[in-house]
Amino acid sequence: MIEISNVSLWYETYKALDGISVSIARGQTMVICGPSGSGKSTLLRCINGLERFQQGSILVNGIGVQDKRTDIYSLRSRIGMVFQHFELYPHKTILENVVLAPVKVRGVPRKEAERQGLELLNRVGVLDQAGKYPAELSGGQQQRVSIARALAMEPSVMLFDEPTSALDPEMIKEVLDVMADLAREGMTMVVVSHEMGFARRVADDILFMDHGRIVEKNAAEDFFLHPSNERTKQFLGRIMDYNVNVGG
Amino acid sequence: MDLNVIIDNMAYLFGGLALTFQIAALAIGFGLCWGILLGMGRLSKNRLIYYPSSAYVHFFRGIPLILVIFWIYFLLPLIIGDSLGEFVAVVVSFTLYEASYFAEIIRSGIQSVPAGQVNAGLATGLRPHQLAFHVILPQALRNMVPSLVNHAVVIFQDTSLAYVIGLREFLRRVNLVDAREARSVELYLFAGLVYFIICSLGTLASHKLERRPRTCGSNL
Repeated sequence: MIEISNVSLWYETYKALDGISVSIARGQTMVICGPSGSGKSTLLRCINGLERFQQGSILVNGIGVQDKRTDIYSLRSRIGMVFQHFELYPHKTILENVVLAPVKVRGVPRKEAERQGLELLNRVGVLDQAGKYPAELSGGQQQRVSIARALAMEPSVMLFDEPTSALDPEMIKEVLDVMADLAREGMTMVVVSHEMGFARRVADDILFMDHGRIVEKNAAEDFFLHPSNERTKQFLGRIMDYNVNVGG
Repeated sequence: MDLNVIIDNMAYLFGGLALTFQIAALAIGFGLCWGILLGMGRLSKNRLIYYPSSAYVHFFRGIPLILVIFWIYFLLPLIIGDSLGEFVAVVVSFTLYEASYFAEIIRSGIQSVPAGQVNAGLATGLRPHQLAFHVILPQALRNMVPSLVNHAVVIFQDTSLAYVIGLREFLRRVNLVDAREARSVELYLFAGLVYFIICSLGTLASHKLERRPRTCGSNL
């Protein structure tokens, strides 16, 4: 589904990604964690071509992201992405946010796109907000809308870039619930997050990154119970102290 | 005070005001079109577009408008071998000059749209022109409108500079009536009142647009 082989990326002389190789199978959910500046968001942005890497290759559904023959716009239309700060279009209503890309990119008739859009808004639990503007919604609601906006393109992969780190604590669960449902329904997902409870319950694999390298990649259960790497143990020890509900 | 001097010359004075409006409208229209192109040029990654448009903008913002009017009216005929006529010379000068100000308003308006919006649009598969029309420009325009209206008001005031090459716009006609009737106090106070009312309306409109309830707030 996603094949990342030996990807390296430099910002000037700073090496942000250092020979990353990992693959994600169809229907799998992979959570990427690691300290800030470890390259996890950068890696995510390489998958849909928002960031260019200088070495290696990434294949999504067998299509090379940086291949010269690849129409990156058309490839992106099948890769959904959810951002830390939601990035809903502030000048458009909730429903318009969801239907813009299906109508403009996929050429779905507006009526049909709106019907599907309302269905998606219903699925993420914000149907009653369809006519409002993003600024009128809570953070949790906005993030659920942005998931619906991505799903409206019927993506085969969903990328989540710290989807809950800008949310108030009581709103985190409503967003994670939507994501857990998606994973259960068989969506292929790559999630950059520090929500270890979510990782443990929902992820198939967990990837721990530091300094642009993969420190450890393991099945979710093993990652928490038998971390093999010292650096992973240290990281887990630090973030678990207050994360008492892991596995709950 | 003898207001008859104004009433008697009303038709003549307002004929000048009509000309003033014409100059302002053409200067704003052409200046805005040229300014949009320059503003986009200032955002271009292509050096052959970026550097010339930046040089143009910095150049015209660095000289007084009246000098541009003199150049176009007195120097340009030496090059092209034919006089442009006062009206055309003034419209050309204003267009060339004001475009540089419009360009900066447009550039900063477009740059005021956060990069996250660009990523969000690209991530859903929007192509650059779709991104521009549906995501960036609507937000940029909203941010620009008050400044654009504000600058339109400034241009309206500046039309009085056309007076220096003898174009009989409003202020020039006030001046001519005064030369004949020697009623400086009434005439120049009246001229001030007319400019004040028209510009106040423009400023008022600009404030209205600024205070318009915003559906687009921070989305944090």
